[in-house]
Amino acid sequence: MSLKIHHLLGLEGVSADDIRLILDTAVSFKEILARKIPKVPTLRGTTVANLFYEPSTRTRFSFELAEKRLSADTINFTTSGSSVAKGESLKDTVWNIEAMKIDIVVIRHSASGAPHYLATCCKSTVINAGDGAHEHPTQGLLDMYTMREKYGKLQGLKVVIVGDIKHSRVARSNIWGLLTMGAKVAVCGPPTLLPVEMEKFGVEVHDDLDEALRGADIVNILRLQKERQKTGLLPSLREYSRYYGITRDRLDLLNDNFTIMHPGPMNRGVEISSEVAEGPYSVILPQVTNGVAVRMAVLYLLSGGKGKVDEE
Amino acid sequence: MKNDMVLAGGKIVDPATGYFGPATVFISDGKIEKVEKRKKSKIAGGNVIKLDGKIICPGFIDMHVHLREPGDEDEETIISGSEAAAAGGFTSIACMPNTKPPLDDAGAIEYVNNRALLAPVKVYPVGAVTVGQKGDTLTEMMEMSACGAVAFSDDGSGVQNNDMMRRALEYSKTCGVPVISHCEYSDLTASGVMHEGFISSKLGMKGIPAIAEELMVMREIMLASLTGARVHIAHVSTAGSVDLIRKAKKSKVPVTAEVTPHHFSMTDELINSFDTNLKVNPPLRTKNDVDAVIKGLADGAIDCVASDHAPHSIEDKELEFDYAPFGLIGLETALGLVITKLINEKILTWVEVVDRMSAAPARILDIPGGILNEGEPADITVIDPELEWIVNPNDFKSLSRNTPFAGWQLKGKAVMTIVDGNIVYSLI
Amino acid sequence: MAKNMTVKVMSDKSISLALNRIAHEIIEKNKGVDDVVIVGIRTGGAVLADRLKKILDGICDADVSVGIIDITLYRDDIQVKLDQPLVQKTEILFDLVDKVVVLVDDVLYTGRTVRAALDAIVDFGRPRAIQLAILVDRGHRELPIRADYAGKEIPTSKSERVEVHLKEISGKDEVIIDRSGRGGV
Repeated sequence: MSLKIHHLLGLEGVSADDIRLILDTAVSFKEILARKIPKVPTLRGTTVANLFYEPSTRTRFSFELAEKRLSADTINFTTSGSSVAKGESLKDTVWNIEAMKIDIVVIRHSASGAPHYLATCCKSTVINAGDGAHEHPTQGLLDMYTMREKYGKLQGLKVVIVGDIKHSRVARSNIWGLLTMGAKVAVCGPPTLLPVEMEKFGVEVHDDLDEALRGADIVNILRLQKERQKTGLLPSLREYSRYYGITRDRLDLLNDNFTIMHPGPMNRGVEISSEVAEGPYSVILPQVTNGVAVRMAVLYLLSGGKGKVDEE
Repeated sequence: MKNDMVLAGGKIVDPATGYFGPATVFISDGKIEKVEKRKKSKIAGGNVIKLDGKIICPGFIDMHVHLREPGDEDEETIISGSEAAAAGGFTSIACMPNTKPPLDDAGAIEYVNNRALLAPVKVYPVGAVTVGQKGDTLTEMMEMSACGAVAFSDDGSGVQNNDMMRRALEYSKTCGVPVISHCEYSDLTASGVMHEGFISSKLGMKGIPAIAEELMVMREIMLASLTGARVHIAHVSTAGSVDLIRKAKKSKVPVTAEVTPHHFSMTDELINSFDTNLKVNPPLRTKNDVDAVIKGLADGAIDCVASDHAPHSIEDKELEFDYAPFGLIGLETALGLVITKLINEKILTWVEVVDRMSAAPARILDIPGGILNEGEPADITVIDPELEWIVNPNDFKSLSRNTPFAGWQLKGKAVMTIVDGNIVYSLI
Repeated sequence: MAKNMTVKVMSDKSISLALNRIAHEIIEKNKGVDDVVIVGIRTGGAVLADRLKKILDGICDADVSVGIIDITLYRDDIQVKLDQPLVQKTEILFDLVDKVVVLVDDVLYTGRTVRAALDAIVDFGRPRAIQLAILVDRGHRELPIRADYAGKEIPTSKSERVEVHLKEISGKDEVIIDRSGRGGV
């Protein structure tokens, strides 16, 4: 079994078979994480470079842990600001690191398409750990994994993504993945935080939260960057919280056995109330655990085929 | 009678009379001596060039190019850009003032004129509207105009201040030259990198909305109407702009407009590849906009085609899409795209193309060209309409390579460019 | 494939006899099954492990723990194969510290699978001992590994292919040798 994709740049256009293979493989990796020694020797001799051009703790930790659980060697390159500001182009940085013999590049970058650009100019396998407001495919996969773990399927689930859709790569990856897997997706946020022509994604678009929540199984709540208020996209956090914050009362609109998700980090009291974040229906922490398993699956599945076929 | 040069066996296009048929063109002393509009002419001798199957046009004029000199001579120079123009079939070009420093005084205009003395084609400088293109102070337009500036423009960003634009129009009117407006309200495009639409939403990139252009097109039309000064709208890219200009022309507002080959041959969907050579301002728009600008070219709402040739170095373009500069080079692909996309697709006739690419820009800038009459300068472009070629940036005369058209298969190409009776480029 | 290219080397009867004999040897060697746990290597070994457990339970009136191990992630050829093998779940739901683990597989060939399984088991804890039970030993070892219990030793050439069919997977019990030259296990 092999993935059709050779890099994981986004979930747009990734086939249902590929997504299913990644999620199925992640089930086996989740079992490994529960072992006494939660580590396998699979990627011994494989070197992974984690290039983080944007601050990140949880995604970086999650990738690094996934790499280490697979016995890969890892190197980390972390810088804030653009590569331009640093005086070396992204291409030169990667060529330099590649000269030290690496196999996989995990990249987080503030510019949309940076991983796609890298994939065209380097020999390594590229995994997108978040590019601008474009995609964050491993987050999309771990969200789908978490949903499937609870409901046993993705087909037919109704998922509402609430918040700053415009600037959210998490939203985009979730949308593409979920639509491919047969789920129904709705997005909801104030009009200034919804991208133009959103309905062309094939999702329902709402600016009324109650309307969006009615009859949904899963609510995926996005983090509201507080800077959005400063750039004039929101009148106040208070008003946002009042009209788009998920509180206990609103949960009654959802289907029985509903689920609350959040990619983190949370602004409690803004987009999500503490009560909701800690409710029994919240899978926010399982999402984090599953993130490691899903990333292990992605690393494993993309690391094959480096040499000649050597049949046993 | 002895002639310096005789172009025989081809068809000529004369937009003045609408004639498209066999003719022989006699050239002497750098001027058109005689055009005989019939199959065979008696030729007394001289340098006879056989042009069977070729089309002889008044030399093409590109009224919107960036030559990067002074300031960025690694990207283009007045000479290299002129050579690229000659290879693209242009006999005259107008160069924009956003150099480093900008062409914002008579000295700078003289500098371009001097550098252009050795250029293979005619180079007409466009002066800045405001000093340093900063939008604060009007430039010395009368003096620049006297030195040869054929228009004024703050191309690259556009005049943001409404009052400043009004004064620029009032003042430039006395010089009798148009103001070329790059229509873009920068507060509406803040850090946008591509057309705002489904594709930008999908790619998570900051959008440049159509309204940022259209609102300023509307302003220019109203100010042109108010002042009576001529405004030329550069690189029209949206359906809304085309409509506004069409309506304004009906109301006899002195407005003209151009469209670039990239805006009539590509859409924003191509940016799914993240190719920074597709990053251009105004941005590539949607299919609907492409259809509208093509219709505008056909019905006259848009007067002419200009390349907005904007060279950038490889290192500037080999970056993340967000960080790469706007612009693509077009001098050496413009004609091929016009023939392939407009003539071969039966949108424009040869006579109309010669109007849009020669007569119209000559009219707008009030410079010679666009006509094959006796006594006119012998600025002539010869086209092989059947020549199929694949765009290879390594063949370009331009110093830059930032074209999104690499690998495109085009049909139709300039095979000879004649300026003042001298062959400056030839594939024959 | 011509008929005479395949030879049946074990019937359902002989497979059953071999497993019974192995069960008795396990009991004899370990003086009972008190500390014995069984781990089968996916997929054939897992089936055989289940059968062995039933036989041992019957003889000793015990409830021997049985688990399944997937050795994919411990393979030494993972980065040279064009297709990444499908990772399946490992199910060892008991503690194997200080136990005697009887590792079960259908065919012992190069020894590389067993090597991978040994590494995998050790990651679950430190058993007192690991023993290897095998239905067919076809030789050609590439590693210093031998079976403690073997159903049948069958000398083969590398070009031959040994196929173990088990009821639970393919509907019938038999071991055949395919001499058509496709090689492999």
